[in-house]
Amino acid sequence: MHWLSTFPHLNDDFLRMLKKSIDSGFRDFTRAYGDPIESFFSPLQYFLIHSERFLTNTPWPIILLLIAAIAWLGSRDWKVVLSTVATLVVIGLFDMWDDTMKTISMIFVSTVLSVVIGIPIGIAMSRSDRLRNAINPVLDVMQTMPSFVYLIPVVMLLGIGKVPGLIAVVVYAIPPVIRLTDLGIRLVDKDVLEAADAYGSSSWQKLKNVQMPLALPTIMAGINQTIMMALAMVVIAAMIGVEGLGQPVLKAIANQYFTLGVFNGLAIVGIAIIFDRVSQAFGRRLQKHREIIHG
Amino acid sequence: MAEAGASIEIKSLYKIFGSDAAHYVKLVKEGMGKAELNQRHGRVLGLKDINISMPAGGIQVVMGLSGSGKSTLIRHINRLIDPTAGEVLVDGTDVVKMNEGELRAFRRSRTAMVFQRFALLPHRTVLGNTVYGLEVRGMPRAQQNEAATRWIERVGLKGFADRYPNQLSGGMQQRVGLARALATDAPILLMDEAFSALDPLIRTDMQSILLELQKEIRKTVVFITHDLDEALRLGDRIAILRDGEIIQQGTGQDIVLKPANGYIAKFVQEVNRGRVLLVSSVMSPAGRGGESDPASGPAIAETATLEEALQQMTQAGARAARVTDAKDRPVGRLTMDAVVSAMVTPVESDVAGG
Repeated sequence: MHWLSTFPHLNDDFLRMLKKSIDSGFRDFTRAYGDPIESFFSPLQYFLIHSERFLTNTPWPIILLLIAAIAWLGSRDWKVVLSTVATLVVIGLFDMWDDTMKTISMIFVSTVLSVVIGIPIGIAMSRSDRLRNAINPVLDVMQTMPSFVYLIPVVMLLGIGKVPGLIAVVVYAIPPVIRLTDLGIRLVDKDVLEAADAYGSSSWQKLKNVQMPLALPTIMAGINQTIMMALAMVVIAAMIGVEGLGQPVLKAIANQYFTLGVFNGLAIVGIAIIFDRVSQAFGRRLQKHREIIHG
Repeated sequence: MAEAGASIEIKSLYKIFGSDAAHYVKLVKEGMGKAELNQRHGRVLGLKDINISMPAGGIQVVMGLSGSGKSTLIRHINRLIDPTAGEVLVDGTDVVKMNEGELRAFRRSRTAMVFQRFALLPHRTVLGNTVYGLEVRGMPRAQQNEAATRWIERVGLKGFADRYPNQLSGGMQQRVGLARALATDAPILLMDEAFSALDPLIRTDMQSILLELQKEIRKTVVFITHDLDEALRLGDRIAILRDGEIIQQGTGQDIVLKPANGYIAKFVQEVNRGRVLLVSSVMSPAGRGGESDPASGPAIAETATLEEALQQMTQAGARAARVTDAKDRPVGRLTMDAVVSAMVTPVESDVAGG
């Protein structure tokens, strides 16, 4: 009755062979194509380095003012601006300014990249059920596969550094933008779309004048989610060499520095709240026309 | 400046919903009914053998209850719905045969549409909505705004150009819908239950606006409604639709005086005949009567309603009147008895008068 107590599995030798050949196959692929792939991603590296350099080399008062100005432009709400400045000042006082700037730079670049890639994919998905059925499982894998697992091939291909970290963050954070762009466009009022058709709109005109504007609140919710998920990846990305608030946290875990961990963790929470409040207030402001309902 | 209407001719149009519809047209042509088609084959018969000829510059009303296929029918004119069989000729050109580009050009320049639930863009102001049809065409911005502003004023929304649809009442929103349609200056105006979602008073208001504008713009208007009163008030010609088939076509007078069957008669009972029927439908034409002096009694225009005629005759204390045409020439005679009997519904039920 041996076969009942342990699940009958494939031959050990076969499994070892399988793993070995996949690994060596991938290693060969890495050796052959690693350099071209790396140079393909080099514009990202350029983008990352420059955004980080800008945030860390500019004198802190200017950055503080700049972030306050962005918060004001986004929310038009003094309370949001004041709490943003207060949070950043506290972060600075606890000597975490540089790490915070590096993290903000990383989040900024990965959000821009996610939006630039995610929205077109979302639009394409909303237009074809077949594409949607093909992409949805991929998004499920991206969201549920433990990040460490896909860090392995990324590191094998690109080594340790900012770019592999960025890719890991984007892979994890991009699904909400894609899904909510698709959903938002699918939820657009059919009556309004029909009207656009009746007046002879081309499909680009429909997208630009009707679908995107009406889907915008949903898309904004997706972008907000993407930012939050990118922040959640900061610590994991630190494992493959992304600088910022994640590295002190890793150090704190390894050495059981409780306070160091809490401080940096709270700094991450702080910038998460700033990003969230500002982007939500911005999203609401875009929808101003919906608020004043005729009595 | 404005472009007058275009003629529309719909010829043996069929629409069957469901896959492989073309195959089932043959069965319907061989006499299969809506219920049987649905039960045996699971296909829905939307429209069956529709033939309507709409002359340019008139208001054609299509009336029917929900599920009669009236909204389906109007969407065939600008091909928001593709027919299963048949032709839709606009000024002689078959819309059904157009390719995608031709259809888009046709919709941009030849038709405009007003919708039951307004279908305005919520993120655009009144002006932004009104220019939509012109913007899609690629007209220069200044020209768009000029035309749109003119129509916003014409529909009575002066001063509201910067409001958003959500800030307006239903009636005002539909004025925007109307301005958007008229701004395109398309010869065909499709109105899909355009006033059905409005309060009765506002609905009457909008009907007056439409009739007033129509005197000047002379578009070909296709107006869908489920309300016979509205149909009679607006329609130069009326087609009544039931279960996807036209059961009667004609002027309002024809339909009220000679309902084709019991179904229509039931609707007609509810109508205020005194306000709908015209003197010309009831009078005895000149040259036939001769029993009394044709010069006696007050003069009444042949386009007056019976109610107006009755008022004038009562005021004059006359039991008969002369009927005159637009140039004051006598065309017939009208007696009080004829008026009263025409105003009473000729049905044995208890709904006499009206």
